[in-house]
Amino acid sequence: MTAGPASSLTQHVLAVDTNAHVTAIGWLKGTAAFGLGDGTIVLARDGETQRVEAHPGAGVLVGLSDGARFLTGGDDGRVAVTHADGSSGTLAETKGAWIDSLAISKTGAFAYGAGKRAIAIDDKGREKILELASAPRGLAFAPKGYRLAIAHYNGATLWFPNVEAKPELLDWKGSHLDIVWSPDARFIVTSMQENALHGWRLVPDKGNMRMSGYPSKTRSVSWSSDGKWLATSGAEAAILWPFDSKEGPMGKQPRECGVRPAKVTRVAFHPNTFVLAVGYEDGCILLIRMVDAAELLVRQALKGSGVTAMEWDAGGKRLAFGCEDGQAGLLTLPT
Amino acid sequence: MSDKIPITVLTGYLGAGKTTLLNRILTEPHGKKYAVIVNEFGEIGIDNELVVGADEEVFEMNNGCICCTVRGDLIRILDGLMKRKGKFDAIIVETTGLADPAPVAQTFFMDQDVSDAARLDAVVTVADAKWLSERLKDAPEAKSQIAFADVIILNKIDLVSPAELEEVEGRIRAINPYAKLHRTQNCAVPISEVLDRNAFDLDRILDIEPDFLEQGHHHHHDEEMQSISVKIDGEVDPERFMPWISNLTQVEGANILRCKGIVAFPGEPKRFVFQGVHMILDGDVQGDWKPGQKRTSKVVFIGRDLNEKAIREEFLACAV
Repeated sequence: MTAGPASSLTQHVLAVDTNAHVTAIGWLKGTAAFGLGDGTIVLARDGETQRVEAHPGAGVLVGLSDGARFLTGGDDGRVAVTHADGSSGTLAETKGAWIDSLAISKTGAFAYGAGKRAIAIDDKGREKILELASAPRGLAFAPKGYRLAIAHYNGATLWFPNVEAKPELLDWKGSHLDIVWSPDARFIVTSMQENALHGWRLVPDKGNMRMSGYPSKTRSVSWSSDGKWLATSGAEAAILWPFDSKEGPMGKQPRECGVRPAKVTRVAFHPNTFVLAVGYEDGCILLIRMVDAAELLVRQALKGSGVTAMEWDAGGKRLAFGCEDGQAGLLTLPT
Repeated sequence: MSDKIPITVLTGYLGAGKTTLLNRILTEPHGKKYAVIVNEFGEIGIDNELVVGADEEVFEMNNGCICCTVRGDLIRILDGLMKRKGKFDAIIVETTGLADPAPVAQTFFMDQDVSDAARLDAVVTVADAKWLSERLKDAPEAKSQIAFADVIILNKIDLVSPAELEEVEGRIRAINPYAKLHRTQNCAVPISEVLDRNAFDLDRILDIEPDFLEQGHHHHHDEEMQSISVKIDGEVDPERFMPWISNLTQVEGANILRCKGIVAFPGEPKRFVFQGVHMILDGDVQGDWKPGQKRTSKVVFIGRDLNEKAIREEFLACAV
C-alpha cells in the first residue's frame, strides 16, 4: 500500500447533461435513467441520450428501478413507468396528492404513498390500500415475500398486503422518514427527523436500536453486498454501522470513512465488492475501498453542484450520478 | 440577502378573507411566480400557479421540548419544491382557519434542510372586522393568530361602524401592538405590504416601537393574551441577561408566542438583536450603534398568562 494523493478516475467519467435537478437514478440493464425535477427522464446509453416526458409540466419526486422498469412518482400525482426503449406510461394516478414515496419488488409488485394511504399493487395487478394515522413516508418491500415496511410518524408499520391479518406496528416516538430492510430481513432501519437513525431487530426480540450523533438528517443509506455494514449520509464522512452480529450495531462504534469538510449527501455500496461510493454536498464524489480506506476521485468538488443521486448498475461496472444543478455523469470502471 | 426562498404564512379565522387576499396576490401584475401551499383545493381561482395541497400534519420533535412542534407535511413539500428551484420566486403557505401558526413558524427554525433553503418572511393574519371580537372570546386559535402576526389585515371594515372598528382594533392592539395593521375592504392592500417584509430577519428588527403609538393609544385589555414591553435607558450585563432570556424562554416558552428585542452590551459596538417563537430563540450581534445614538435596551413579549411583574423586574435587574 502506498500513501499519496488520491488517484483519479475522472478521465473515466462521461458527462451527461440532464439540465435539471437529478432526483433519482435507475438502471435498465445497460441504460441509465435519470429522473429530473422538471418531470423528464433522460435515458443515457453508449454516449447517446434520449429525453422522455414522463411527468409533463411536473417534477419527479422519487424514482426506483427493478432492472427492467424505471418507476417515478411526481407532483402531478402519478406513478409513471419508463422503459429502456423510451416508452412510458402511467401505472397509477391520484387526485392532487404528491407521490414522493415508492417501493418496487423484484417480483413485479410496487407500492406508493398518497395522502394518508399506502397503496400496494402486486405482480398480478391486485391493488390493496392501507389507511394510516399519518402520511406514509419511506416504503420498502421485504427482501423475500410480499411484505411492505412503511415509515411514518411515531414508528413503522409492517404490512402483508394480501393477508387479512392486522399490520404490525413498530413504535418509536418521532417522525420516521426513509426505511430499509437489511438483506437478511433481520433488521428494519429508518432515518428520522431528529438527525438519527432508528432500528428494530425483528428477530428474536423486537429490540430497538438508536443510531445518533449526526449533525444533519440522513437521507441516503446503503447496505454492503454481504449485509454486514450499513453506510449512511448526514455527516462530514460516510458513517458505517456494523450489522455483522445478531445484536446489530448496539454498543459498537461506527466506522467513518471519506472524511472531508463537506456533508455526505449520497452513499452507494458497490453491488459485489467492499467498495463505497460517497457523494458530497460540494459536488465531490469518492470511491472508497473499505479494506484499506484507499480513496479514488470520481468527481472534483463543484460549487452549487451537490450530489443528489447515485446508483451502481447491477454488475457493478458503472456508476451513474446526478447533481442539484442538472449535471450528471457515468463512471465506467477501468478493467 | 441570501438566495433563500422567502415564505409568507397566511393565517386567519374561517371566513375572514384569506382566499380573497391570496387571489389578489396571485392576480396582481407583479411578474413573480409563487408556489402556493393550501389546505384546501378548489377555492383559488388561479390555475397557472404551482398550487400544492397540504395535510397540516403537526409533529412533535423528539427532543424533550414540549412545545417544539413542526409541520411534517411542510418539510416534505419544501423538499419537493426545492427540486424545482428557479421555477418560482416565493412560497405562500395558507393555513386552515383553526390552525395554530406556531408549528409553521417553528418549522423554519427547527428543520435544518428547510432553513438552509427557505426563510420565513412574515406571518400575515387576515381578521374579520365584524366577527373578530366574538372569535377572540370563543376561539383560542383566533387569538393566537393575532398574537403571532407581523402584518394584520383587518378586513371587511365596510360592515362595521366607526365605533365598532375602533373597538375591534383596540382588542387587536391589546394582544399585539407591534404588528403592522391595515384596514381593508376585500383585502385591498398593496402587495408590498404583505410580501417581502423580512419580519424574521434579525437585520430588520431595528424598530420595535409599537405601531399604535403612531395612531393613538387604546385602552383595552385581554385577560388571557397580552404583550409586555420593558425598556432600560442604558446597557445590560450579558452575564445576567443571556442566562435570564434563555431560562425564561425555556421555562415560559409554552406561553410566550413571540418575543424580540434589541439590547446594548457594555463595550460592544454592535447591537445584540434577538427574536423567538415559543422556546426557540435566535439572536446575534447585528448593526453598529450609530454615533450619538442612545444605547438603550428593550425587550417585548407576546404571550398567554405572562407574569408581567416578574419579567419586568428580572429584565430591569440585568441593567448595568
